[in-house]
Amino acid sequence: MSGRLRAGAGALGELMVTAGVLVLLFVVWQLWWTDVAAADDQRAAVASVQQTFDAAPPAGGGAVPAVVPAEPPVLAEPGQDGEGFAVVHVPRFGEGWQVAAEQGVGLRPVLNDGVLGHYPGTAMPGGVGNLALAGHRTTYGAPLGQIAELVPGDPVVVETADGWYVYLVSGSEVVTPDRVDVIAPVPGDPDAAPTERMITLTACHPRFSARQRYVVHGVLDSFSPRGGPPPAELGTGVGGV
Amino acid sequence: MYGWLWRHLPGPAALRAATVLVLAAVVVVVCFGWVFPAVAPHLPFNDGTVGE
Repeated sequence: MSGRLRAGAGALGELMVTAGVLVLLFVVWQLWWTDVAAADDQRAAVASVQQTFDAAPPAGGGAVPAVVPAEPPVLAEPGQDGEGFAVVHVPRFGEGWQVAAEQGVGLRPVLNDGVLGHYPGTAMPGGVGNLALAGHRTTYGAPLGQIAELVPGDPVVVETADGWYVYLVSGSEVVTPDRVDVIAPVPGDPDAAPTERMITLTACHPRFSARQRYVVHGVLDSFSPRGGPPPAELGTGVGGV
Repeated sequence: MYGWLWRHLPGPAALRAATVLVLAAVVVVVCFGWVFPAVAPHLPFNDGTVGE
């Protein structure tokens, strides 16, 4: 009897060790492999959106100056999830840092490719209301991994086929995941009619958790049409390439 | 379990060890390619969106 007991205990032990190894493998996959896999997807997504931009802007010249937007052009919202429409540049995240923005906020086909996802129904770049974008803070390329480093005044440049929309960060907050009012046309006031052109980024918080959301708001500062020079906020050698 | 597997694999020890390595690699590939991506959306630490 004790022989069978020992055999049973041995088999149980092997099963538990196997389960432990599988959990460890999952952690390796989540923390390491999703970043590796998303790196290619991120590059492909940026290249794919840039193909829709007519041509690289001429370097310098200053023929068409940046304008304070009275009526900047606004793209129509893509009808299909996963359709890219913009490249987002955030100088605070590093020189030349850029990531694509696609329609929809599903994990597949959008967020798990390491791109930013556009909340359906929120404003498009330059539109009156709130351009709301979500992104992973950790894993899957972590496009918003550094979101907590943004401080008021930091530029967030959204590049579309029409040009560059420069938003300046106005503030940040940490909220519970049910706070859909942060992406309302007037953040925090879902019933108000919007007059401003805003941007809102959402990511999980704290890192490696989904207990809360880290939210950054910004306001449109200027628009530089394609054909003129990229906005100064981008620095040199960035954008349209 | 693993003892049973070892006893039932054919060939000399070196061949068995190689077979075990290949089997382990297959398990890792299947996990990384299909199992983990299917499981991950159901785990509560990857959602960066707001919503109901």
